[in-house]
Amino acid sequence: MLTAAKVAVNNLTKVFGDHPAKALKMMKQGCSKKDIFEKTGQNVAVANVSFEIDTGEVFMIMGLSGSGKSTILRCLNRLVTPTSGSITIDGEDITALDETMLRQVRRKKLGMVFQQFALFPHRTVLDNVAYGLEVQGVPKQERVQRATAMLGLVGLEGWEGCYPAQLSGGMQQRVGIARALVCEPDILLMDEAFSGLDPLIRREMQNELLALQDRVSKTLVFVTHDLDEALKLGDRIAILKDGVLQQVGTPEEILMKPANEYVDSFVQDVDMSKVLTVEGVMKRAQVVLSQKDGPHVALHLMRENGLSSLFVVDKKRKLSGLVTADAAFAAAERGYETLEGILVRDIHTARLDTPIAELIQVLADTKFPVAVTNGDGRLVGVVVKGAVLAGLARKGRKQNNTFADR
Amino acid sequence: MSSFPEFLRLPLGVYVASFVDWLKITFSGPFDAVAGVFLWMLLRIEHFFLWLPWWLVVTGVIYLAWRGTRRPMLSITLGVLMLFIGGFGLWDLAMQTLAIVCGSVFVSLLVGIPLGILMAWNSTVESLVRPVLDAMQTMPSFVYLVPAMMFFGLGKVPALFATTIYAVPPIIRLTNLGLRQVPADVVEAGRAFGSTRLQILFKIQMPLATPTIMAGVNQTTMMALAMVVIASMIGARGVGEEVLIALGRLNVGQAFEAGVSIVILAIVLDRILQGFGKQREFGHRFMS
Repeated sequence: MLTAAKVAVNNLTKVFGDHPAKALKMMKQGCSKKDIFEKTGQNVAVANVSFEIDTGEVFMIMGLSGSGKSTILRCLNRLVTPTSGSITIDGEDITALDETMLRQVRRKKLGMVFQQFALFPHRTVLDNVAYGLEVQGVPKQERVQRATAMLGLVGLEGWEGCYPAQLSGGMQQRVGIARALVCEPDILLMDEAFSGLDPLIRREMQNELLALQDRVSKTLVFVTHDLDEALKLGDRIAILKDGVLQQVGTPEEILMKPANEYVDSFVQDVDMSKVLTVEGVMKRAQVVLSQKDGPHVALHLMRENGLSSLFVVDKKRKLSGLVTADAAFAAAERGYETLEGILVRDIHTARLDTPIAELIQVLADTKFPVAVTNGDGRLVGVVVKGAVLAGLARKGRKQNNTFADR
Repeated sequence: MSSFPEFLRLPLGVYVASFVDWLKITFSGPFDAVAGVFLWMLLRIEHFFLWLPWWLVVTGVIYLAWRGTRRPMLSITLGVLMLFIGGFGLWDLAMQTLAIVCGSVFVSLLVGIPLGILMAWNSTVESLVRPVLDAMQTMPSFVYLVPAMMFFGLGKVPALFATTIYAVPPIIRLTNLGLRQVPADVVEAGRAFGSTRLQILFKIQMPLATPTIMAGVNQTTMMALAMVVIASMIGARGVGEEVLIALGRLNVGQAFEAGVSIVILAIVLDRILQGFGKQREFGHRFMS
């Protein structure tokens, strides 16, 4: 059956050593990686791994060191030749290509970013970026123009004439990204691209990569050993252990439904407050007041729904403020006709994709719920303290459930 | 007293001599051709050096030293040292020596750099060539005179041949080393962007190996200079010959002047080549 996937990896196996056939045979018999190494000296780096990557997807390959994640990445552009299995990119089997065709695929379709940047120290920043075009024989003028434009895209205009050694780590990796993007590849392979950077710069680069991805929309294959990074960047994550695929899924699936105990132990230490977003814990704002309503309507609706406060919106559902039950009661006593005089306007708002971590302090300081608005300021939901606590506790509860199910 | 038993005597010399005779007869064409090319090249270089006016050579040395080291005092000192050679009345002989050194360095690079590249590319080639180089470097320099003389007789060509054989190992070794020292991830990056093998060699590996290869050029030149003095025994003209003659006559003064001239040539060549070897550092000048 033909598949629409951008990249399809099927039963990929890589054995390092002189006699891979021996190892393959033992693998068929079900021997472990450790047994095979002890008996034959062959190192099984990747064992029968299959997955598919869709166009435009950010696909994370994640595992500890020695789990075979970098080997899989290098099989995709055949810097490492697979021992068995197939890899197709746009329906073309990469493992069957000869040297010339492979070079063409590397030049046109695949860009790569390296852990220690792997810039060419003897070339200027501009010449580093232009390298991919140079080996393709692109004329100098076009090369310079495209490389300069690409450097602008990664925020390095003005640094063209410098050498890599004159740049900070973060800047060097920007050059690395520009170098990989300049040939306009469909697929970007990133091998622990941010692991060599210090934590602050790493976070900044992650955000920039996401922003860049919004503009260039490549298919990204990103290898990392950092689960937080995988959860933050990935549309889907593949988790590897000793060359064997443990689970492929969205960050939500990995966190909420770990496939086995290894994945479970992996995600145990995740700071849920950074991963969970407002969208996951808010309540839809079904009951709201409009500006023309009076205090009696407000009190009625609160009583009906068991709430102690309500948001007030205008005709376009844009948030104008909040009314508390106490204020509404007092206003009703005094015979006010509208809510105008008792509207609390100083309320906190959040977006759908705001991580919960950013809300915890806000919720601790205010006695009002937080309003959730979408891009154009319209009210979509409400976050209350209890819902956040429940969200943070959810992982634990789910885990208990899975254990109870067994 | 028991002497070494006659039946264990191995007349290797006889075999070798007849083997070389056989080689000479069978391959007389190629040998003559090689000898012809070497001689033609050497005479060109020698004529060129002898044609150069002395003041141009001295200013040339000062200029090159300054280009290489950016140290004005050192450059002028080297120029003044060259004047000493002229002062000893050995200028033309020194130019002849330089000519043979240049010729043999040229041939060494022509042979050594490609061989070094092959060694870096292919570990089998490396494991074959490495022991040969080890053997060549442990052998006393005198020994190289023998095959050179056997194949080419006496004169400039065998001198060039012996000098080249003696001087070629460092450039082979250091080309190989320099290429292998290029960081693996940088070469991998070159492959990942679809470079051919030659593109990787010329755009990445060779530029990064240049300091090491230049160190090889320096060593090869120094060894050529050392050997050219010895090669005067089989007919290399130049300052070495002067030393040889002075030795024969027990003329201490003459030997001293010639010896000092050789030292001066060595210092001048070494400083200039080292200067050029160190020049290639990328971007560190601005680092804090």
